[in-house]
Amino acid sequence: MISDITLGQFFPGNSPIHKLDPRTKLLLTVAFIVAVFLANSPLAFFSLFLAVLTLVLASQISFKVILKGIKPIIYVLIFTALINIFMTRGEGEPLISFYIIKIYKEGIIRAFFMAFRVILLIIGTSVLLTYTTSPISLTDGIESLLSPLKKIGVPVHVFAMMMTIALRFIPTLIEETEKIMNAQKSRGADFSSGSLIKRAKALIPLLIPLFVSSFKRADELAIAMECRCYRGDKNRTKLVKLSYKPKDFLWFAFGILFISLMIALRIIPQHISGSISEELFNFLFFKI
Amino acid sequence: MENCIIKNENLSFVYDDEGTSVSAVSAVIPPALDDVTVSIKKGEYIAVLGHNGSGKSTFAKLLNMILKPINGRVYIDGKDITCEEFTEDEMFEVRSKVGMVFQNPDNQLVATVVEEDVAFGPENLGLPRAEIRKRVDEALDVVGMAEYANHAPHKLSGGQKQRVAIAGIIAMKPKVIIFDESTAMLDPLGRREVLEIMEKLNREDNITVINITHYMEEAARADRVLIINDGKLLLDGSPREIFSKVDFLHSIGLESPQGTELLFELSSLGYDVPTDAISEDECYDALKTLLGKGGKLA
Repeated sequence: MISDITLGQFFPGNSPIHKLDPRTKLLLTVAFIVAVFLANSPLAFFSLFLAVLTLVLASQISFKVILKGIKPIIYVLIFTALINIFMTRGEGEPLISFYIIKIYKEGIIRAFFMAFRVILLIIGTSVLLTYTTSPISLTDGIESLLSPLKKIGVPVHVFAMMMTIALRFIPTLIEETEKIMNAQKSRGADFSSGSLIKRAKALIPLLIPLFVSSFKRADELAIAMECRCYRGDKNRTKLVKLSYKPKDFLWFAFGILFISLMIALRIIPQHISGSISEELFNFLFFKI
Repeated sequence: MENCIIKNENLSFVYDDEGTSVSAVSAVIPPALDDVTVSIKKGEYIAVLGHNGSGKSTFAKLLNMILKPINGRVYIDGKDITCEEFTEDEMFEVRSKVGMVFQNPDNQLVATVVEEDVAFGPENLGLPRAEIRKRVDEALDVVGMAEYANHAPHKLSGGQKQRVAIAGIIAMKPKVIIFDESTAMLDPLGRREVLEIMEKLNREDNITVINITHYMEEAARADRVLIINDGKLLLDGSPREIFSKVDFLHSIGLESPQGTELLFELSSLGYDVPTDAISEDECYDALKTLLGKGGKLA
């Protein structure tokens, strides 16, 4: 049930994406996020879609897993889409006019692209980073990228360690939540009916034991780490050393190419890209 | 004396309300450990018994400087780790010599990939990469988890997780490994796996093993058993010596292995059976002899 949540979980594998240097993936992710927010025409969205599709295929992560990753945000998506549909005022005649509710074509288009943008964002970042990068190498990547900040006294290693541990304990805590929930349910607790407030209140007997046990875990983990000679990044070496390989540069080239394309699509005069977009859009969503 | 890996003299420890050590013996809070003196030889296989809150875990934590004693001395490998001028570097050296495996395997694993977790200790020791690689592979081999090197720990069984945790300690090449109730949360199969590794390390690599447990059957397999009750070291001897004192064990809320208990009951009913049998086989033999004699009262 809850353990179905895949957001932020690593799937070990041997795909080309898995093998990339985490720093490459981090930089590409940043580029990807910028690209997602640059996109404002159907053509741009179409290229984004192709890019994400390539990433998914290259990562060899099953579509089922990816769809599961979107599930938790589905309500947020629907909500923002509805807001966009109802709140956007278009220029022409409204498609539907019902008292104060007026729905314009622009609203629908905007809502659609908004949702599309968020979905692509989630899939793209999770395929590039969380699904294919072990949290430790992800943290190594972040630590290495941010290491210049150490010179000005930013505790980069500490943040990196905190993140690793947080990621490590997500599945454990989910398991624990499920256990406590079952224990409370078996004693008559009801988590799934009643008003929103009632349901929120029902979570208290779930959260308190969860917090208490998390603190206990933290304590034990700290001692176990001390026993294994952990002393921050002082005198610490790494099993896996990060090094850029030719394929990293290849992917960088892709990334630069892609982001240039997105910038180009953004600044090309609207009437050129617009007309292509219009046709593509009409073709994709109204003719079919 | 020079082959003593661990030597304690008059070790005492008191927890204050916050669970940290206090500076002086207080009259209000009973000490968690009270005047314990014990020496442990290199390569010994020791079991520490005691019920919950008896001080046995505190004892373990004093041996690798997780806690500092308020009184007494601890010598590890000939070095006094309780003296004032002990540096941080020396402390980490002690911790790499005295490894510790805890009860809950989940709360010991730091990394999300098995081999990266095993590498955590050697990484902290600042070893060169090739050496870490070698140690990780060897350690995973010893515990039989080599094929899981790239797995995520949360998908393993309890016994497997505990084996990974042990590999993480072995990779630091310690001279002593303390198992602090490491089998308590495992199913019988997992428990047997962990116990077998423990004994293999002791036998083949001459690692001193201290198994803190409340399973009498586990303790019966050790070379030597220490019984700690209310912070005091009550008994120190071979399992045979200790477990034949069934009455005494009962008086402090402990039991002997089931077979020994059975023979003890029979003998107190007047049957002629030995009461120092500690393994199941010995118990079986004793019962067979008894039945062969027609089960007559002595």
